[in-house]
Amino acid sequence: MTIDRLLEGLRQRDPRAIGRAISLVENGDESAEIILSSLDENLVSQATILGITGPPGAGKSTLTNEIIAKLRHQEERIGIIAIDPSSPISGGAILGDRIRMMQHATDKDVVMRSMATRGRLGGLCATAGAAVRIMASCGCSTIIIETVGVGQSEMDIIRLADITILVMAPGLGDEIQAMKAGLLEVADILVVNKADCKGADILAMDLEAVTRKGSATPTQVCMTVATEGKGVTELLDRIDKLDSEHRDSGERQKRRRGAHNQEVLDWCLEILRPQLLDKIIKRKLSVLGDPRLKAKKILEEK
Amino acid sequence: MTEKIKKNRVLVGKPGLDGHDRGAKFIAQALRDAGFEVVYTGIRRSPEEIAAAAVQEDVDAVGLSSLSGAHMRLFPAVVEALAKAGAPDIPVLGGGVIPEEDIIELKAAGIVEIFTPGTPIDTIISAYRDACEKKSTG
Repeated sequence: MTIDRLLEGLRQRDPRAIGRAISLVENGDESAEIILSSLDENLVSQATILGITGPPGAGKSTLTNEIIAKLRHQEERIGIIAIDPSSPISGGAILGDRIRMMQHATDKDVVMRSMATRGRLGGLCATAGAAVRIMASCGCSTIIIETVGVGQSEMDIIRLADITILVMAPGLGDEIQAMKAGLLEVADILVVNKADCKGADILAMDLEAVTRKGSATPTQVCMTVATEGKGVTELLDRIDKLDSEHRDSGERQKRRRGAHNQEVLDWCLEILRPQLLDKIIKRKLSVLGDPRLKAKKILEEK
Repeated sequence: MTEKIKKNRVLVGKPGLDGHDRGAKFIAQALRDAGFEVVYTGIRRSPEEIAAAAVQEDVDAVGLSSLSGAHMRLFPAVVEALAKAGAPDIPVLGGGVIPEEDIIELKAAGIVEIFTPGTPIDTIISAYRDACEKKSTG
């Protein structure tokens, strides 16, 4: 596909062009700049970006599937970026979030993309951010970023979101797990999924107690049974309400600015990393001595 | 200049009503261990669903598994669905309990490679690698 045909395809919102464009950005292709500067910034700034995170098996994909179904009733066009980890050993990945969302596979207004972390430190934030922009520019008014909530790079991606939802489920460990992970700090809305299972009420109470401590605005807890679609309408209402509050208070703009700065930083690092590595290798450094000092010297040299 | 990180992306799925996914999962994991990014779509998919997912995910190849005997109908249907979805260039590979005489016909219908029980996993991986690389340069 030539770049001109690709850009035309993006304007036509052609699924092939959208898929290709995301790959080119993800692979660090030179055409990425042309693609990303051709986007409709208006649509990008209007779209709502939801982050859905939580431990494996909590029901994130199933809940996302239900959210898509409800939003499609309102005739919204939706984008989903589902992130799964790459193997640190082989570099490969199993991207399995689609399994729970296949009912929307042939819906032209559901644009879905699976993405592997590819073991990059922060670069994922840059590529996921780019995918968000491409989807928004192609008419997606809500974009959901779904990721397993462990590890720094996943936390960074969540910063791209206007609103972050943490999905928990009974039986996956007590509230101490959530306190450890630091996840509760980034979540705007807490969801206890599998609310029909034993221990759901206690988990909800524990989570409420943990978030209430020292905070003027305790994080809200929503109960859902994603497999049956229960509680999803209420969850969407809360998201809507919070989103309009954030729009009014300027919180949304503040977050967007923070996310944008993070994305720019990520791109800086993406660009610098290979150049720096090249310099380091060329210097044939001895294994003795202070690595920090060597780093400073390399950065100081023009 | 940013770092170039091209990964082979493949979709592994099962078209039709057959629910025996041991083979598909085995292939998916073997490809992952060989460094592929594998979009796994699971069992009971229509050819159209598989094609739509392959297009959105911009995969370099599609791998199908069928153990129910419906491969003669379903594998070519995926090739057709891909062409209809504007992606005739995405190669399709297949595996399952498939008789010798069917393989010739399936290849004639556009399936690049067919694997039967007992095929060494390295043969399968290198066939996927070839298919992916041919697609990206072509």
